[in-house]
Amino acid sequence: MKIIGIESAALVASAAVVDGDAVLAEYTLNHKKTHSQTLLPMLDESVRMAEGDLGTVDAIAVSGGPGSFTGLRIGSATAKGLGLALGKPLVHVPTTAAMAYGLYGCRDLICPLMDARRGQVYTGLYTFDGSGRMLTLREPWAGDPEEVLEEIRARGGKAVFLGDGVPVFRGRLEAALGEDALFAPPHVSRQRASAVAALGLVLLREGKTVDAAEERPEYLRVSQAERERSERLRGGAG
Amino acid sequence: MADTLVLAVESSCDETAAAVVANGRTVLSNIISSQIALHTLYGGVVPELASRKHIENINPVIEAALREAGVSLAQIDVVAVTNGPGLVGALLVGVAEAKAIAWAAGKPLVGVHHIEGHVCANFLEHPELEPPFLCLIVSGGHTHLAVMKDYGEFEILGRTRDDAAGEALDKVARAVGLGYPGGPKIEKAALSGRPDAIPVPRGKVDDHPYDFSFSGMKSAVLNELNHAAMTGQTLSQADVAASFQQAVIDVLVSHAMRAAQDLGEKRLVLAGGVAANKALRAALEQACRSRGMTLYRPSPVYCTDNAAMIGSAGYYRWKKGRRDRWDLNAVPALQLGE
Repeated sequence: MKIIGIESAALVASAAVVDGDAVLAEYTLNHKKTHSQTLLPMLDESVRMAEGDLGTVDAIAVSGGPGSFTGLRIGSATAKGLGLALGKPLVHVPTTAAMAYGLYGCRDLICPLMDARRGQVYTGLYTFDGSGRMLTLREPWAGDPEEVLEEIRARGGKAVFLGDGVPVFRGRLEAALGEDALFAPPHVSRQRASAVAALGLVLLREGKTVDAAEERPEYLRVSQAERERSERLRGGAG
Repeated sequence: MADTLVLAVESSCDETAAAVVANGRTVLSNIISSQIALHTLYGGVVPELASRKHIENINPVIEAALREAGVSLAQIDVVAVTNGPGLVGALLVGVAEAKAIAWAAGKPLVGVHHIEGHVCANFLEHPELEPPFLCLIVSGGHTHLAVMKDYGEFEILGRTRDDAAGEALDKVARAVGLGYPGGPKIEKAALSGRPDAIPVPRGKVDDHPYDFSFSGMKSAVLNELNHAAMTGQTLSQADVAASFQQAVIDVLVSHAMRAAQDLGEKRLVLAGGVAANKALRAALEQACRSRGMTLYRPSPVYCTDNAAMIGSAGYYRWKKGRRDRWDLNAVPALQLGE
């Protein structure tokens, strides 16, 4: 089975083609947020260099959020356009789950931390069971790093942190957890389209696809205008 | 020769639109999904919400455009997309989607200037119309007097120095309590108002007879409203709407007629969202008729944002050899002629 992976939820832009048990091609760039200009050329380059045939692609896996609203939409619209043109389904892969999947087999807590601004992180909690299956211990959420620490302390044991939230909050994590805080090495410390595609393959085999027309990012946050409006309405009611 | 079919996508503001156009002139389908109901809750377009809606609507809209045209993607020759100007987050959805479709389907990609599209809307209904011609472009974000010298080539004669005409109408609509979308609300209210009820200056720019300035006109109305509020009077919404609309129309007509006279132009092409305003159309019709000129204007459905007009502009850009690469970006402040 062949699957395209699209990742543009944060600073990283990445495109990959995964065929069965191996990555055919991957292009990952962690430099400036110009995903609109880089993402499709990177996919084009990956497919051309691998002499890929788009007709043999079974699905398109997209990093579905949380993340930067604009970044997510660039990835989503790209995946939706591919799905429409190729007549193939999409696989919506939670961004934090794809990040955690890079640490395959890890029995400790895996905690992706994406800098969500305003002192918050987008995060989720994952681990692997003895048979190599990834378990979602807590679905992605947007919250304070302190809340993440409480959750990890409550569960006990070591936790592996990764993501662009690590450089922002590393001091607090080390202070709170000491030697129980581990940090992922560079090749798995940020988003990668190959991980999106690899986890996408797992979901595809389980039949968890979504029609290209139906796919939309999981923002986890309402827009500022909606937040202010509901505050206004609540204020008016009280 | 076989028809050249363009699949066009437009998402620069609060309409998600797709169309299939043959040879830049014949509309095979024109699908528009409007977000007005959503943004009305907020009194104006909320960029983040517009972008989210575009993502939800874009595939069904494109699929409907292909279905209604009775063509498959394989039969499409060119993919055209608005890449500016507009709201960047909104533009990015259409640009990313159109690029992916063009890339995966192996079709050439052409980025289109939104305002050039508005002018080209006139080609969809006037087969005899060919450049060069004088055009008056009036929308929520733009007020231009220009000559389209050839397809896709513009010489700008004048532009607004501050607010666009539609923007000024929106602001006055909000100030007088009419709300969003301001232009249509003003037009409706003006029907029962007196156009001379409130004094509004006719804005001009010294030494630049083709340039526009609507900000001072808008301020004059806001001052009248403030003054009335302080002295305990109430101005009729209808009178404010009628007076301000008339002032805007007077300025647009006089500038356009002066340019036509100076250039010896016998045709005037009207374009942009405000071109749907019936009072503006009537005033321009009359001014043109009295000078022996012909006014070209799109039907209302092609005045508001749509993708058919992008399909026409995209066709002519493609015909002149324009091909965009996969790094085509959304450019919120794209200039006409870029």
